[in-house]
Amino acid sequence: MARSVEGGFPLRQAVGLPPPPEGEWEVSELTTKTIAALRDGLRERDFTAREIAEQFNAAVAGARALNAYTVETPEDALACAEAADSGKASGSLAGIPLGIKDLFATRGVDSTAGSHILKGFKPEYESTVTANLRKAGAGMLGKLNMDEFAMGSSNETSAYGPVLSPWRRQGSNVGLTPGGSSGGSAAAVAAGIAPGATGTDTGGSIRQPAAFVGICGIKPTYGRCSRWGVVAFASSLDQAGPMARTVRDCAILLEAMTGFDPRDSTSLDVPVPQWEAGLSSNLKGKRVGIPKEYRIDGVPAEINALWDQGIAWLKDAGATPVEISLPHTKYALPTYYIIAPAEASSNLARYDGVRYGLRETPDGGNLDAMYSATRAAGFGSEVVRRIMIGTYVLSAGFYDAYFTKAQKVRALIKQDFRNAFEQCDVILTPTAPSAAFGIGETTDPLAMYLNDVFAVPASLAGLPAMSVPGGLDAQGLPLGLHLIGNELDEQTVLNAGLAIEERAGFTARPEKWW
Amino acid sequence: MSVTIEQVRHIAKLARIAMSDEELARLEPELNNILGWIEQLGEVDTSSVEPMTAVIANKLRLRDDVIDADPLTGGGKRDAVLANAPDAQHGFFAVPKVIE
Repeated sequence: MARSVEGGFPLRQAVGLPPPPEGEWEVSELTTKTIAALRDGLRERDFTAREIAEQFNAAVAGARALNAYTVETPEDALACAEAADSGKASGSLAGIPLGIKDLFATRGVDSTAGSHILKGFKPEYESTVTANLRKAGAGMLGKLNMDEFAMGSSNETSAYGPVLSPWRRQGSNVGLTPGGSSGGSAAAVAAGIAPGATGTDTGGSIRQPAAFVGICGIKPTYGRCSRWGVVAFASSLDQAGPMARTVRDCAILLEAMTGFDPRDSTSLDVPVPQWEAGLSSNLKGKRVGIPKEYRIDGVPAEINALWDQGIAWLKDAGATPVEISLPHTKYALPTYYIIAPAEASSNLARYDGVRYGLRETPDGGNLDAMYSATRAAGFGSEVVRRIMIGTYVLSAGFYDAYFTKAQKVRALIKQDFRNAFEQCDVILTPTAPSAAFGIGETTDPLAMYLNDVFAVPASLAGLPAMSVPGGLDAQGLPLGLHLIGNELDEQTVLNAGLAIEERAGFTARPEKWW
Repeated sequence: MSVTIEQVRHIAKLARIAMSDEELARLEPELNNILGWIEQLGEVDTSSVEPMTAVIANKLRLRDDVIDADPLTGGGKRDAVLANAPDAQHGFFAVPKVIE
């Protein structure tokens, strides 16, 4: 997109700068730039926030075939751009428009968690995380599609229909999943219709989609991001985090999103580090744990080869690989599929047709019939499945056998990581056991759950974890590497991610077909 | 442990989700598959393990015992609270008749 020559360079003139050299006045495709480049370019007045917002708004409107956005809010992005251009906003994200996962309550804008039961719900308040981003000057491009109530790994459970990944297998036009549950966020960043997005991660919902579309995503330590105003799925696991093209952009967004919030009883009252300023890919003295239990059957050789490559990259950055053992790894998924549905069945009891959302009242039906009809009409099949599992494992006579047992195994999984971090500073694994698969290709719920086999243990232990693109598979699809850090040590995770990013040189982008 | 159709019906009732016989029949094997897979936790010796209560050590705080200490979550918000209600009448949530 070119800026009109007749318009001159009002911003440059206003601050007494000469026009830019011949040939450089064209505003290049701002939608291809990182958040750091947009921020720095705004500071240098190479372009205006309005130009950024306009280009992204146009890109969003031109990419509806991806089904990434459930609501578009171009006026919001423009208003924040005006505030940035006029100097009224000066935060770290002034003039940067973002995509917001539909799980976050955004005041006056539909916030539906990808569910029919919340269709039309317009919160009267703003989630803490999005309020923090707004305070930093960010605008909103729209709400991003997701698996219903964040329950899914492929975005196929959304009431709005699946998001399509901008990526396709070489020589194929089969529609692929961007992963889930933050599939809209992943697709939007990969397609260049958002420079960054919020995601949430309960058992891998930031990291698996980030890996599937070749971007970065980090889930911080449990309690770093406030859960206030984030639609609850499994409260002891839910954490928000950023998804963006680069490690630096993730650091910038994470700094703006996190912080103590008295409105969330599990929010951590600890200072927010300056993660961006602390970025360094020199890993001298760092020990990288390689858990032997993550070498599992059925994982494609390419993924294990990338893992080995990742070890070599971190070694090159100065780190020392050490083999570690996380003996309870194989029990993490079954533990998760007791705890997460149990908490979900409790959390989702609030959708009763009384206070908000859908209401179905059968003719002559009483209050109980209204509850049951509303919930039957409002919830999709995966949500029903998980509520049913959760209700069962919490029911009288089964609670100890399932729920208490799972909480005990969870304690052992946490202890595994405590022991491991005596021997290492960060852990490297693959992010997901496969590359992106086709929409409709995985129909067995258990097979779908296996997508998160590498991601779930860190969630159960509340640890910071990140996916960074490592390379492409033989079909031309992105694969991710996964870094797990010790409690509150996001910095080492980001730094190891940066070391991989610098060495992987991952610049592949999906070819535009939408 | 596995569940029968009658147990699935009971769970659906506890969860307040209306279900036809066909839906119950479809869910029964699905739930049994998942429950059968979860059974493997039985292999883990947890006899000397305390169940986890908090994943990151934290203290539960008490807020100041002051009315409307946080104006955003304090009182006086009737209209905002009712704004998304499917049926609000006379400043209340309206529901089907409960007492005959």
